[in-house]
This record gives sequence, C-alpha cells and structure tokens, in this order.
Amino acid sequence: MSKTFMGWPTFPKAAETATADEQLRANVRRATHTIRTKRAALVEERPDWQDLRDTAAALKDDVLAHLDTYLEQIEEKVTAAGGTVHWAADADEANRIVTGLVRDTGESEIVKVKSMLTEEIGLDGALEAAGISARETDLAATIVQLGDDLPSHVVVPALHRNRSEIRDIFAREMGKHGRPAPEDLTDEPEELAEAARLHMREKFLKAKVAVSGANFMVAETGTLCIVESEGNGRMCLTLADTLISVVGIEKTVPTWQDLEVYLQLLARSATGERMAPYTSTWTGVTDGDGPRAFHLVLVDNGRTRALADPVGRQALRCIRCGACMNICPVYERTGGQTYGSVYPGPIGAILNPLLKGADDPQTASLPYASSLCGACNEVCPVKIRFTDVLLKLRHDVAEGDAKVKHRAEKVALKAVEGVMDRGPLWNAAVKAAGTAGRLLPKDMNLPGPLHGWTDSRALPDIPKESFRSWWKRTEGGTK
Amino acid sequence: MSSRETVLRRIRQATADLPRDPTPTPRSYLRHAPTVAPGDQDGVLALLIERLTEYGAEVRRVADADLSVAVAHALAAARSAVAPAGLPDAWLAQWYGLVRRDAPPLTPAELDATDAVVTTCAAAIAESGTLVLDGGPGQGRRAPTLLPDLHVCVVRESQVHSAMPEAIGRLDASRPLTWISGPSATADIEMIRVQGVHGPRRLTVLLVP
Repeated sequence: MSKTFMGWPTFPKAAETATADEQLRANVRRATHTIRTKRAALVEERPDWQDLRDTAAALKDDVLAHLDTYLEQIEEKVTAAGGTVHWAADADEANRIVTGLVRDTGESEIVKVKSMLTEEIGLDGALEAAGISARETDLAATIVQLGDDLPSHVVVPALHRNRSEIRDIFAREMGKHGRPAPEDLTDEPEELAEAARLHMREKFLKAKVAVSGANFMVAETGTLCIVESEGNGRMCLTLADTLISVVGIEKTVPTWQDLEVYLQLLARSATGERMAPYTSTWTGVTDGDGPRAFHLVLVDNGRTRALADPVGRQALRCIRCGACMNICPVYERTGGQTYGSVYPGPIGAILNPLLKGADDPQTASLPYASSLCGACNEVCPVKIRFTDVLLKLRHDVAEGDAKVKHRAEKVALKAVEGVMDRGPLWNAAVKAAGTAGRLLPKDMNLPGPLHGWTDSRALPDIPKESFRSWWKRTEGGTK
Repeated sequence: MSSRETVLRRIRQATADLPRDPTPTPRSYLRHAPTVAPGDQDGVLALLIERLTEYGAEVRRVADADLSVAVAHALAAARSAVAPAGLPDAWLAQWYGLVRRDAPPLTPAELDATDAVVTTCAAAIAESGTLVLDGGPGQGRRAPTLLPDLHVCVVRESQVHSAMPEAIGRLDASRPLTWISGPSATADIEMIRVQGVHGPRRLTVLLVP
C-alpha cells in the first residue's frame, strides 16, 4: 500500500528525530534558502507587490463568503462545456467517485499530475486497493513515489532528498514500474531528469486516464487552471482520453480576469520565477483537442469545517505556494514530514487542525509548531495572518477535548487570549506556549523582510521547560 | 440528502456570520510591466526579448520577407516538423525536412517521433516572457507543441502585451490555453535548474513586425 501519514507521531516527537538528522537539515536548509532568495529578488522588482496581495486576499474572502453561489456557477459552466461535476463531502467519497470513474474506463494504470488534494485524501492507496496503479509524473512526486516516501513540501515534495539518494531510488525502482534507469546512471541532475523523462514518456504515450488537481477554478467561466514547470501536467491534461480533476472547493476564483492577480503572485512566491514554464487552462472538453471526457470532483473534506472558524477561515485563501515553509525557521530545522501531513510548515500548522479538528494529539500539537515570529505573515501572497490563527487554535486546544488539554497549558493560553487584542504578543505568547523556541539559536537573524527586526532585537527567552519535554512528561497532556 | 446539498448546506451554515453583499475589491496593482512606460511598445518588445532569453529561449527579430529563411535556420537540426492547420505554407518553403500535417490528427507516438513543431501564437506577455497558444489558426491542438523537442513560435509585434492584466482580457477562456514561459524545466533535484524534463527542451521565438 502507498505510504501515508496515518498514525504519525505528534510534532514535538517527530521533530526530535528530524532535528537530529544532519543530512536532512542540510538538504532542507539549502532548498529553502535557494527558493527564498530567488523569491525575494522577484518580489523586489514589483513595486505593486502589496497591492497584488491586497487584491488576492480580498478576492479570496469574497469567494469564501459566497462559496455556495460560486460553486453552483462552476457546476453550471463546466456542465455546459461538456464536463461532468461530482460532489464529495469527504475523502472516502472522493476516492469512491474517482475509483468508480477509472473502473468505468477499464484501465488499470493511470497517470497523475502532482496534486496535494489527492495526497490529502489518500487517493493512490484507494486506487491501489481497487487494483489500479496511479503513477505520479512530476519529477519530485516520482522521487517520493518510487522511494515509498512521503512528501515534505507542497511545491518541491522531495526537497529532503539529495542527488545521490535520488540516483539510488531511480536505479533500484524504475525497472519495477516500467522503463528502467540507464545502467550507468550517475547522480548528475541532468542525467536524473533525463532518466525520468524517458521513464515517464513511455507512460504518457499510452495513458488513457489522467488524474489532476487544479490551482484555480474560475466561477465565471468554469475554467480550470494548472501551473507547472516540467510539462508532465500538459501531458496528462492533453494526451489522456479521460481527465479527472479532483479539486478542493476553496480553489475558486470569481472571474477569468482575476487570474491575472494569482498568476502574477503564484510562481514568484512558489519558485522565485515570474511565471512557471507552463500554465494550462481548459473549460470542459474541446472537440478535437485533448480528453473526450472530463470529470470535476469538488471536494469538501473538512474545508467547510475550516470555513466555519471566523479566525481560521483565512487559511482557505491559501494557493499552496509554499512561501511560508521556505521562510519558516521551524520548518527549516525539522523539514516537512514532521508535521505529519501533506501540508507542512506554517500552513500545515493551521490548516490541518482546521480541516481535521484539533481533538487528537497529532493535530493538537501543530499549532505549537511555531515560534510565532511572523515571517510567514509577511511572505504570504494572500495575506494569511498565520500568527492570529495559531493563537486561536492554541486557545481551542486548551479549551478542547480532555485527551489533549492540560491545566497548565490552559492557564498559559488564557494569557495568550488577553494579548490577542492588544498587539505585542510575541514575548508573552512564546514564553507561555512556545515549543519551537528550543530549536532556534538565540542570536538567529530572521530572513527577508524581518531581518531588520532581529537586527535590533534578541529573540525572546525560551521557557525553561520546553513544550516537547512537557509533552513527554505528561504523555501528551493526558497526565 | 445528496453530497452536493450537504456541501452547499455546510457552506451556508459556515458563512452565516458573513455579509451577503459583495464587498468592493481593491485593484491598485499595475496593469503594465513596472519598468516600461504605458504605450512604449519598443520597450515592451525589448523586455519580451530579455525575459525569453533569460529563460534560455532563442529569440530572433525577423522581417516578414525573411521569415522562411529564419524558420529554415531554426529547424536546421530537425529532420521532421509538425505544421498545424493554418500555418502559412510559405514559412516552410526554405526548409527541406519532412513536414507533417496534423490532419488526420497525428498519434502521440507519431508526434513523439517528430523533431519539431512550428506555430503562431495568440498573445505574448513581455513582463513574464510568456507565449499564449489558444488553438487558433497556425497553432493547432495542444499535443503537437508538447511532444516534439523543439518548438519554433512566430510572434507578431502587435500580439505582445506589456503585462498579464493587459493580455488576459483579450484571451478566450472557453478555448484550451497553454501559457509557455520558457522551455520545460525542473529544479526538483537540489534546486539545480535542469532544462527539459517532459516538454520541449528548446524554444525558438521569431519576432516579426
């Protein structure tokens, strides 16, 4: 079966292992620093960056406030353009729908465009159980899948792997699933990419069914949009006879023109490019070009739960650029798998509890996976106030289920509740409830726009007993 | 209750506290490239060339009369090329390779075995170095610009817009669009950029008046 995050340890526990792994830390550090430097340079060249962010946030808020109307509009437009729309209330239902659609085609091997949502719902495992092999086609997703590994980043899911690890995975695994890697494969990135090209090309040419997610869905026109770099997305969207797009309901944007905002923000924030090499947009099916059947599966799976949280709902603005994880001092030290979800980093720390509820120890530990430094607030292209949501969720945890609440924690978070309205919450909040603080060197400088902040200030004192040791001592707050 | 109704009901419940009236959206971002004054078409063309070149695309400015020679030059290393419906025959007149028409549609295997494709485009965006194809005359369906390893794209100066907001309103959302910003690339291995993973590894742009 495909590996999943099911039964993953709490963040503090997973972080203990991850922070001890020098190679992992080096890999993650190199990757996040490379992307954040490129991003900063490209943001710099846009004098209207803050204006774009303001519009992007406002549009998403409008989408969330009128999501019912927009989804009905999407359904109408996609149907009129020859597509079929399905609704899934949760992961199981989404998996059932997709499995049924693939079964109807009679195919037993399909290709996939990297999609966070299909990983969130465990689609590969569900298909596998039905005897259908779903092959990832994005290079990084292929590395993760062939290595029977888990993703650690939303944009570059294999960033925790270095070239020699990737070479070994390719040499060992490719032959089991199709065209083997060349005998003399070295660990040069060009050679590794070429091996992936040849391995996947064979699959693209015979693929009859493709599964994708989407970056955006346009309500006004029923148009879907996928942004990618390699062309594997185009292969899937273009060559298959049947295309099944599994999309979270929050991916909606109101109008076609509104894409101009997100397309200018996304690649700059995600990979430090002005545009990713390929953006595809399509509406239903087109005679003589691409798939003859198009299915859109609209998935809730906890999104309406997040939507009901007046503070937390802003997390649904997220366009999955990963800028928050690239800037995060905690993510940099723990890597992404520590968060026990396909959504790691600051967005994972808020989105997972919002989607799934914070009433089990794993999700309840995530709002503490932050030093509340606020660097994520600054880089987020849709202006999610991560720190506001983190504090709100910590409050929920403290007030929540007996399994996870702890008296001392409750007291500490009452204090946090007070500072939420009054502004300078850094010191009090970190002292009261900090967890990641222990991972941060005292003289650390914050990157990017916050550099000036740390130039003149030392990081706050770290509590004597860390959250981690408290968690251990009290067995997850149950004692 | 169907899942459709369940999801819609949940949304209505979750957003009951929000005002139903639409709120005005601020739109103070630029409609044009920050470094080029509005109306400066020479500046726009120079920026497109700069950005495409940065991506590793080859860009040449060509007079209409010299286009067939320029196409032949761009296809010099190719033995076969796809010519989509609507591409002027004259453009390929100076090239002696095998011209493949996409009618009836070439199979994926045939396209895979073809070296190059020559197309026009629907629009270009200078600020991001982007070419947009919409399947119109001279562009054809999407697969032929994907499987061959070299894409030669002819862009008219009048098709070049300064930035995304100027271009997007002119594009037809009901058509399948492909927005190409440089050749296929990845940085998935140690953040090292490798050109050409699954899509064409080489992009040549011929910019004509």
